[in-house]
Amino acid sequence: MFYGLCIFLPLIGAAVAGLFGRILRARGAQLVTCGAMTLSVVLATFIFYDVAILGQKQTVQLFTWVVSGEFQIDWALRFDTLTAVMLIVVTGVSTLVHYYSIGYMDHDPHNPRFFSYLSLFTFFMLMLVTSDNFLQLFFGWEGVGLASYLLIGFWYRKPSANAAAIKAFLVNRVGDFGFALGIMGVFLLYGTVSFEAVFDTTPAKAGATMEFLGGQYHAITVLCLLLFIGAMGKSAQLGLHTWLPDAMEGPTPVSALIHAATMVTAGVFMVARLSPMFEYSETALAVVTVVGASTAIFAATVGLCQNDIKRVIAYSTCSQLGYMFFACGVSAYAAGIFHLFTHAFFKALLFLGAGSVIHAMSDEQDMRKMGGIWREIKITYFMMWIGSLALAGVPLLSGFYSKDIVLEAAFASQTSVGNYAFILGMLAALLTAFYSWRVLIMTFHGPSRADEKTLAHVHESPKIMTVPLMILAVGAIFAGWVGYDYFVGSKMDKFWGEAIFVLDNHSALRDAPNVPIWVKIGPVLMGIIGIALAYWFYMVRPEVPAVLAERFARLYRFLLNKWYFDELYDRLFVRPAKYLGGALWKDGDGALIDGLGPDGLAGVVRYIARRVSAFQTGFIFHYAFAMLVGVSLLVSLFLFGLGSK
Amino acid sequence: MPADLPILSIIIFLPLVGALFIALQRQDDPGIRNARNAALWTTLFTFGLSLFLWFNFETGTPKFQFVEKYSWIESFNIFYHLGVDGISVLFVLLSTLLTPICVLASWDAVRERVKEYMVAFLVLETLMIGMFCALDMVLFYVFFEGVLIPMFLIIGVWGGQRRVYAAFKFFLYTLTGSVLMLIAIIFIYLQTGVTDIPTLLKTSLPRDLQLWLWIAFFASFAVKIPMWPVHTWLPDAHVEAPTAGSVILAGVLLKMGGYGFLRFSLPMMPLASDFFTPLMFSLSVIAVIYTSLVALAQVDMKKLIAYSSVAHMGFVTLGIYALNTQGIQGAIYQMLSHGIVSAALFLCVGVVYDRMHTRLIDRYGGLVERMPVYAFTFMLFMLASVGLPGTGGFIGEFLVLVGLFKVNTTVAVLASLGVVLGAAYMLWLYRRVVFGRLAREDLKSIPDMNIREIAIFVPLILLTLWMGIYPTPFLEIMDASVANLINQYQSALTVLDNVSILGQ
Repeated sequence: MFYGLCIFLPLIGAAVAGLFGRILRARGAQLVTCGAMTLSVVLATFIFYDVAILGQKQTVQLFTWVVSGEFQIDWALRFDTLTAVMLIVVTGVSTLVHYYSIGYMDHDPHNPRFFSYLSLFTFFMLMLVTSDNFLQLFFGWEGVGLASYLLIGFWYRKPSANAAAIKAFLVNRVGDFGFALGIMGVFLLYGTVSFEAVFDTTPAKAGATMEFLGGQYHAITVLCLLLFIGAMGKSAQLGLHTWLPDAMEGPTPVSALIHAATMVTAGVFMVARLSPMFEYSETALAVVTVVGASTAIFAATVGLCQNDIKRVIAYSTCSQLGYMFFACGVSAYAAGIFHLFTHAFFKALLFLGAGSVIHAMSDEQDMRKMGGIWREIKITYFMMWIGSLALAGVPLLSGFYSKDIVLEAAFASQTSVGNYAFILGMLAALLTAFYSWRVLIMTFHGPSRADEKTLAHVHESPKIMTVPLMILAVGAIFAGWVGYDYFVGSKMDKFWGEAIFVLDNHSALRDAPNVPIWVKIGPVLMGIIGIALAYWFYMVRPEVPAVLAERFARLYRFLLNKWYFDELYDRLFVRPAKYLGGALWKDGDGALIDGLGPDGLAGVVRYIARRVSAFQTGFIFHYAFAMLVGVSLLVSLFLFGLGSK
Repeated sequence: MPADLPILSIIIFLPLVGALFIALQRQDDPGIRNARNAALWTTLFTFGLSLFLWFNFETGTPKFQFVEKYSWIESFNIFYHLGVDGISVLFVLLSTLLTPICVLASWDAVRERVKEYMVAFLVLETLMIGMFCALDMVLFYVFFEGVLIPMFLIIGVWGGQRRVYAAFKFFLYTLTGSVLMLIAIIFIYLQTGVTDIPTLLKTSLPRDLQLWLWIAFFASFAVKIPMWPVHTWLPDAHVEAPTAGSVILAGVLLKMGGYGFLRFSLPMMPLASDFFTPLMFSLSVIAVIYTSLVALAQVDMKKLIAYSSVAHMGFVTLGIYALNTQGIQGAIYQMLSHGIVSAALFLCVGVVYDRMHTRLIDRYGGLVERMPVYAFTFMLFMLASVGLPGTGGFIGEFLVLVGLFKVNTTVAVLASLGVVLGAAYMLWLYRRVVFGRLAREDLKSIPDMNIREIAIFVPLILLTLWMGIYPTPFLEIMDASVANLINQYQSALTVLDNVSILGQ
């Protein structure tokens, strides 16, 4: 009973706040949604204890959804360790973000709508992580996409926010296009889309082939790749990442919840959830690894040059998601989820911290107009430090544990793609530390570059915002240390149970502890070098970055313009689609089809009709005339038809 | 209600009685008020009666139910034969549901010739329901063709600026198609001596004849549904039609084509259907992608939704010719949900059209500031049109694609592209109309939806969500009939070699 309640409380909160927002007003809506979320997180803790610690996995059947022939699907909630971990992350971060938003959105007139959307998002996300079959996963998947669309476009007066919202929805749709085809393929191959049945029969189907787009391919590889396209869209992996930086148009709490801690990790969750399938396709795993590693380094390089504080963190998210993926790609799903878990804390912390800065700076997001404000907002400053330390993988903080194990597993996999991931991951670790400290220094240190008016207003955020920060900071510090044994250490097998499946010959994670010592300290070293470099660049010799940017102008512009992905896509897809649409309409429908067909005919008919209507007028007459034409046509054709027989 | 009551006849002709009553009203204010009220109550009562079908329909059998059969033109062996199976009963319900909504939607919008308008709608309802219930080809043809007349009048009399052009285009296209169908019907009669549909469903025709008949029926249904490239009448008809006319046109009339394919083409001409499947696939896939792209370029709200209808109907024809359970059930489901969603979208356009008297997208923007209830409603149906899971639009679309994927992955992939494009034009439309800054002076005092308008939308919203979250009741009703249809089709293909050849 309380299993279901945990999932549906946010929906109830969203419905009440959304439908009765005008009666409840801001305070009432906050009370309802935050109350529901608090209750939900408490229930989630119990569920986590039951499922993950005591090892009692459960499935709650709700009711039938679709029955069409053998295509039969129920609404059902599945609770295993993987779900339980996600439940904690989602409800935990969501609740904190709800509370934080009370302070952050204080001046906004649309509070009920905002809180309704936030809760609605949480509901869809919970449906996603508890899904028991592919279709329900898709339901949650598209649902969180909807919530993301609504929240990115929350400030609907801003054209840039609207554009970003549509972009997010459409890029995700492209991903979902692959996902949906994957589901259809699963049904074709297995005759069912329920996880349990699919996973059980996968070993038997390991060698099967299927026809796709005219060729015969290894069936499970095709399916996994199609499904992975969906994961790439949602988790903003290279190629389908362009929406995520733009999504920063949304209010900052949204960025923290959806575009850092939860929704964007859905792709990683999906790959882990489908580990029983991915394990049987070396090709698919290799693709996951390569895409993940490439994204990790790509996003890190772009993050180096961005000036909008939120965009830097967004690219950082993109990059960290890459880590999670290549962990999954080398079959270290548990390490990927572990990084997802710790990342949720420190990245949400960084985003909410950035929100606190933006709040203090009267909605300024450009770091070039910040600086020298750390004394005014000490709590925020301190929290941002913790988040950055964790992100950079400084020892004893949570990011250290998870990033290390991810990289160790990549090294231990002993495959060429594993090595590729390891090398790029190491480099990205350096860049990560560098841009994190670039953010810290540009935002808080040095001379202030803000105008007088803004500076005069700089103030620490209220407790309702700083307390959630502190709670997240606790997680960012301890989550790795507490979780290590369970997620990827000695208690790993018992903890995960059957939630994650790894073939015996994919032993990267088990071999990870035995890697050479330089691999183990490598990431930390990289982090420290990155921090030192950033310190030297931005504190000691602040003129150097500008000189470098000038010296390597082309490279700088390439990075600043995000490798020109947006421009490329605009040329390749957006403009041709618009052009084609116009051309098909005017030339295809207008000139060709209508010109040859009905307009010519109608012209003739109307001409005759006008001539004859000298006798009579009115529409009935027109009708009768047309009828006459029809009947004569009919009779002649009929006779002709009989004659030819 | 006693079981032997001719329930279908009552449902069919009740609106006609209402129409008669309205026609007798006087042309003054109380008369017009009576006309409106009579139309509303008649249609509501008809809807209530049709619910009897929903509750008393026996699932699990492909048999025709609530059958009535009387001799009509005895010398030609033609009967007044009515009945519904799991496919047609749902369309009867769709028709009876949408008509009262149309009456309500026209309550204030139509001010001239109110009496005649209401009469036209009631006659239209009679003909639509009759068409879905008819079990005799001649009777079917009469209803099928008859529908043209009130619709032609609704567009031609109460339409917009270019109504005459649109009405004629509509008329010429559909009539041309139907003429060929009439020839085919006569031909079947000459060959077999019957026009009784259940009998014909069990009759197998020679393959060559099937091919010709299929083409003749195709001409009619392809125009109605409409398929590319005979779709260009639809955008014009929609743009010029009054709101309620668009609602019925998109909601029910387009479905007559899909229903025709299911009732005639597939079961009576299985070999031809098999033969022409590649043609259907190609035309439908072109329709889905082509019209989605064209929709992107539209500046008129109604035109945009009209083009989206063509794309959605492309899914229907794809599903029908996938010829498996998921494909056909998905196609029927898509027709039902599109009937509700596109009707609602046209009503959404109607709401702002009634206030501003323009359908141009550019003339709007920022409506959410003044009309939050409207924005919510429009959003919901926009999402349903995009096929978001949890709405009725998703189930149909997805089932069709599942069915297609089994048959031909390339077609499935291409059709899925339409889902991406569909999201593009709908979101963009919504953004330009509802979001943004409320800049125009004349929009600054635009009122939100009133109680009457909300009352129109509430049942549609509930239905859309119901169809998305719990589609089982609908799928159950059609299940046996669809299974039977597919079985018949399959067995017809397997006995290909020793088919009994009639008339030789």
